[in-house]
Amino acid sequence: MNEHHNPAGSGSKMQGGQMQISAISKYFGIGPLRKQIINDCTFTLESGKLTVLIGPSGCGKTTLINLLAGYETPDSGTITVDGSPIKGPGKDRLVVFQETALFPWMTTLQNVVYGPMVRGEKDKKELEDEAMHLLHKVGLAEFRDKYPLQLSGGMQRRCELVRALINRPKIMMMDEPFRGLDAMTRELMQEYYVRLFEENHLTNLFITSELEEAIFLADRLIILTNRPASARTVIEIDLPRPRDFKILVTKEYLHYKQNALEILHEEAMKAFSVGSGAAVADFLEAYSEVKAK
Amino acid sequence: MTKNKPVFFMGINLRKLRKAVFSKTTLRGIVAIIATGFIWELCARFEVPIIGMIPAPSSVFSSLLAQIQDKDYWECWVYSYDRVLSGFIVAQIIGIPLGLIMGMSRNFRDLTFPTLEILRPIPPLAWVPMAVIFWPTPEMSIIFVTFLGAFFTMVLNILGGVKNVDVRYIRSAQSLGSSNKDIFWRIVLPATLPSLFTGMTVGMGITWAVVVAAEMIASRSGLGFLTWKSYVAGDYPVIVIGMISIGIAGYISSAVIRMLGNRLTPWLKII
Repeated sequence: MNEHHNPAGSGSKMQGGQMQISAISKYFGIGPLRKQIINDCTFTLESGKLTVLIGPSGCGKTTLINLLAGYETPDSGTITVDGSPIKGPGKDRLVVFQETALFPWMTTLQNVVYGPMVRGEKDKKELEDEAMHLLHKVGLAEFRDKYPLQLSGGMQRRCELVRALINRPKIMMMDEPFRGLDAMTRELMQEYYVRLFEENHLTNLFITSELEEAIFLADRLIILTNRPASARTVIEIDLPRPRDFKILVTKEYLHYKQNALEILHEEAMKAFSVGSGAAVADFLEAYSEVKAK
Repeated sequence: MTKNKPVFFMGINLRKLRKAVFSKTTLRGIVAIIATGFIWELCARFEVPIIGMIPAPSSVFSSLLAQIQDKDYWECWVYSYDRVLSGFIVAQIIGIPLGLIMGMSRNFRDLTFPTLEILRPIPPLAWVPMAVIFWPTPEMSIIFVTFLGAFFTMVLNILGGVKNVDVRYIRSAQSLGSSNKDIFWRIVLPATLPSLFTGMTVGMGITWAVVVAAEMIASRSGLGFLTWKSYVAGDYPVIVIGMISIGIAGYISSAVIRMLGNRLTPWLKII
């Protein structure tokens, strides 16, 4: 009975949010089209740590996060949070999606207070004060009455971060949240994110396909295999916190990068030879024909 | 040096006003309308075949001066608007909930959709004879036919809107602890509003098309009847007045819906 319960007030410093993923598998499709996406995947999200999952694109990362969030159920294996199995989606595990999922018909502020509001927590004034405090931290205070379509991509992600944080989830899950942002905004977002994490030390899961981003953010780096995905290697990243971009030129960082790069390259080559390799070969052939003419 | 200095008259910046009124786009539009009127007038004067049969703008204008002082002319407006609005509003009252329920409940959709799809392709005007038979008064049958014009468009647009609500919004809302009631009122309904207003705009257009034809067939009042009556009486300028009146009436209706739509979906306006 390792299930424990936090009394609301005094226990806030006691951190839960340990997530155990044990031997989960997931299939999609039926009959001859049945494909295995996740295969016997086991890993742990340690309480208060930032775990980054990295793997070749198309390896099943998004499926994995949908399983952890409870939007889909695994065909076998178990997922537990602090010892108790998860049942569907819940506010203890919040996802920030690849593309923005802010509600377009609500202003920045309305989006942020949405969760606590529908759950009937706190009164409106208190909630708005808290929301404004968080928005201030990510530089969005003056955009409180703007609609998502009126914000830039980077602002939308920041707003989404805040919308998740205000619910005090046990676990934050980020599904390639900074993908599609330009390089400078991306860097800025990483800094905002790392600062927020170092302040609240929630259990965080961050999925990405960018190695630099992964090492810069992570306490623990989990490298996934090619599809069907499972956890191949765990690398403990022992770089100092608080982090800033200076670590990107240290010897330790480069050592981690070298190490991870080799494993990642191997997996990418596998992915290449299995599926998309054939398509690339076709393309190259067609291209050389066109060129010959 | 004083070229760009604002000139104010009664608090209005005259230079800006002049820019707005005499912009190239506006000017071209005005020139085109005047030119069309001029060519039309010439065609009538020189009795050009076919086009020359249309009454000249000058005679239409003098006839218009007589019409706008006539109470009967304005009554035609009232009658037509009355029918359009009655049919349209009833179509909203029945169509919006029906479309929403069909979108939300798979069972209900399976039960109702096939019937709807068989009835939908029947043009509203094909209903006129049957409507005249089963409604007690001709007035009710005309309203019924206008109702049909907007009804199917509303239901289909809303159904499509509900089915197209992005699953990420629903998932986020679920994660954040929304009840089913919250998901309907705070997520599905606002997400459907843009399609709802598209349905309204299209539906309003169809409603005017239907009411005019129905008035010609089954009524003795309204703008459609005015046009038809003038044809029978050989009062050709009034035919043109009837046609243009219908155009203006339809335009006003669409403009009102557009305004309402912009007001209720402010998030679609970027900047």
